[in-house]
Amino acid sequence: MQVKLDALIEKSKIEWANLYSSKKTVILVGTATCGRSAGALDTINAIENFTNSNGIECEIIEVGCIGLCYAEPLVVIYSEDKPGVCYGEVDEKKVKTILKAHLIDHNPMQKYSLGTFGDEKVEGFPVLFNEPVLKYQVRRALAKCGIIDPTKLEHYLSFGGYEGLKNAFEIGPEKVIETVKDSGLRGRGGAGFPTWRKWQFCHDSDSDQKYLICNADEGDPGAFMNRALLEGDPHALLEGMIISGYALGASTGYIYCRAEYPLALERLHLSIEQAKDIGLLGSNILDSGFDFNIKIKEGAGAFVCGEETALIASIEGYRGMPRPRPPFPAVKGLWGKPTIINNVESLACVSLILKNGAEWFSEVGTESSTGTKTIALVGKIKNTGLVEVPLGTTLEDLVFKVGGGIPNGKKFKAVQTGGPSGGCVPLELLNTPVDYDSLNSVGTIMGSGGVVVMDEDTCMVDFARFFLDFAEKESCGKCVPCRLGTKQMLDILEDIVNGKGKIEDIKLLEDLSEGIISGSLCGLGQTAPNPVKTTLKYFREEYEAHIIDKKCPSKVCKELIHYWIDPELCVGCRVCLGSCPGGAITGDVKVVHVINDNLCTKCGMCYEVCPPKIDAIEIIPGSSVRVV
Amino acid sequence: MQIDLESVFSGYSGKREEIIPILQDAQEKLNYLPKEAMRKIAKFVRVPESSVYAIATFYAQFRFKPMGKNHVMVCRGTACHVNGATRVLEEVEEQLGISEGETREDMEYSLETVACIGACSLAPCMMINKDVEAKINKKKVAKIFSQGN
Repeated sequence: MQVKLDALIEKSKIEWANLYSSKKTVILVGTATCGRSAGALDTINAIENFTNSNGIECEIIEVGCIGLCYAEPLVVIYSEDKPGVCYGEVDEKKVKTILKAHLIDHNPMQKYSLGTFGDEKVEGFPVLFNEPVLKYQVRRALAKCGIIDPTKLEHYLSFGGYEGLKNAFEIGPEKVIETVKDSGLRGRGGAGFPTWRKWQFCHDSDSDQKYLICNADEGDPGAFMNRALLEGDPHALLEGMIISGYALGASTGYIYCRAEYPLALERLHLSIEQAKDIGLLGSNILDSGFDFNIKIKEGAGAFVCGEETALIASIEGYRGMPRPRPPFPAVKGLWGKPTIINNVESLACVSLILKNGAEWFSEVGTESSTGTKTIALVGKIKNTGLVEVPLGTTLEDLVFKVGGGIPNGKKFKAVQTGGPSGGCVPLELLNTPVDYDSLNSVGTIMGSGGVVVMDEDTCMVDFARFFLDFAEKESCGKCVPCRLGTKQMLDILEDIVNGKGKIEDIKLLEDLSEGIISGSLCGLGQTAPNPVKTTLKYFREEYEAHIIDKKCPSKVCKELIHYWIDPELCVGCRVCLGSCPGGAITGDVKVVHVINDNLCTKCGMCYEVCPPKIDAIEIIPGSSVRVV
Repeated sequence: MQIDLESVFSGYSGKREEIIPILQDAQEKLNYLPKEAMRKIAKFVRVPESSVYAIATFYAQFRFKPMGKNHVMVCRGTACHVNGATRVLEEVEEQLGISEGETREDMEYSLETVACIGACSLAPCMMINKDVEAKINKKKVAKIFSQGN
């Protein structure tokens, strides 16, 4: 089998080199879920139509997500005489124009281009990887996403795929754990527990059967880094799992992946078949004497299953409810056997550590948080997408350099990290480095690496309410502090955003937070109050404005705002009057319109339809009608 | 109604750990989980029917009422929330004439909200069957559904 793999690696490397040295046109199109949502499949159709009808021989390669999601669909064109040029927002309508210019007139179009792809320079085009959004990144886990065809094992192999596994087999399980220890790798899924330590527990326990589970049930709203990795480079995970299984002495691995990720599941099934065919899964892998198989379990939609013991219960066919620990899963897990649960990104890092060495891995990052972290950069930010930066990069650099800052000239307000378990970080603390310990010290967590940016138009009380609503719905109901505590906190927050808040509520929220944190059974409850705690700490004045002044300063909470037509600006065009579903606007042609607040449902329709040139409608904090 | 789940059961041996995948396959085949299916599944895995219900009602994926021909899922993830998902949901409800969690009488549409569909960089978004509609707003919603009707 080893011989067969080596031959395939050799062949893959030659094919990859030939692909780009031949004179054939090569077109890469990003077709991960983000690309598809933006219309990438229609773009491919249009490309095929164009090249066919013009007799252009070309190879279209569907690649994963390179992370520049704001510019999807992305198309990279390599033609015989020019280096690769990356074009952004290539919908089917633009295809003809771009292809004609690039392939027929041999004149790449600057107008739609993001830059050149690779090191070669072309007059008038920036080098894409020197642009701020990519320049500050260190792409390791994501290095092949957007470059290779994830459905081709050969592409993965031509980039040194499965070399880490070969190294692992050479040095043996104990040395594998030692290498991971030396690398300093910490779990990329949440709490940041040292990966090697878990492994050591499991490795040392004496059992006829051990299990490895990959947690790919990415449930944090606002996070999609695992999806992108599974869709763009699935073999990176499989390799990491085989290495991990070897180190632990586990013969079976499970991938617990959300059913909401159909494309990722499809890619995983295909990759497992490919790995089996070449003898990378099954018995006596690469003549090492090690047997390993991977099964896929589809999650059925429960956030709490991110918790280890709940996830295990779910695989066993029960309600996904956590149980008290100890015993920890590394001692007593799936079907009572020692079980290790690792996150997708952690396992992809393992492949790289075994390939490139522990020292290479810890070259970047901080002393206690080594390596890089993939981050989903979303919300009110220009370059929304997926990035990978060295741990220790400050939030400020992440938001303003990599992310390009806040769009539409708005002011930055806060950034939220770690999903529903994390907290909000205000402007004053933007110099906080993104690493496990620094984020903890300001009241938030790394989590899986979701970073949501908020501008002046985001109401922090409403935002806290949003997360509590999520936690309350996702609480499994097993323990009282979480089940009833989140419900009480949510009720209080609902009151506040509806203008019925009392000043005592703030103290009550603080007390409840402490009770839920100390009394809950699992991580869901223990972290659920974090969004409220941090917003109370850093944005208390917004809570007070809602409670005392009955105003929503960010003009979000419906009960605490009102709409007003500026009589100086209104020209009496009747547009808002006609669109108001509540009949709350009076006036006539060329007679100034007035909103009757008693009838207004604050649907915002008038605000949206008022012609931008006139812009007579304003949202004013505070309700003009007394809230009873 | 006569429900045949033999084609689903043929892929399984009837172990407890298979309940969730069986429920998933049954729902895929029948579009929802009618009482009759639940009874048959309970019998197949030799677990009390109440336990099968306990499991099925725990997970958000399972439905006990038929879905419409087109299933609309509006994302309420964090990024979508910050970018106006509430307004989008209001508009979808208005356009379809049903509220979240409901199916239209003509069985053309059903509407649900989901915690996150993982297309956060293109927020706000929604999923219609298996296709993601990205960067939607009130206007786009109106356009999407006026074509469908």
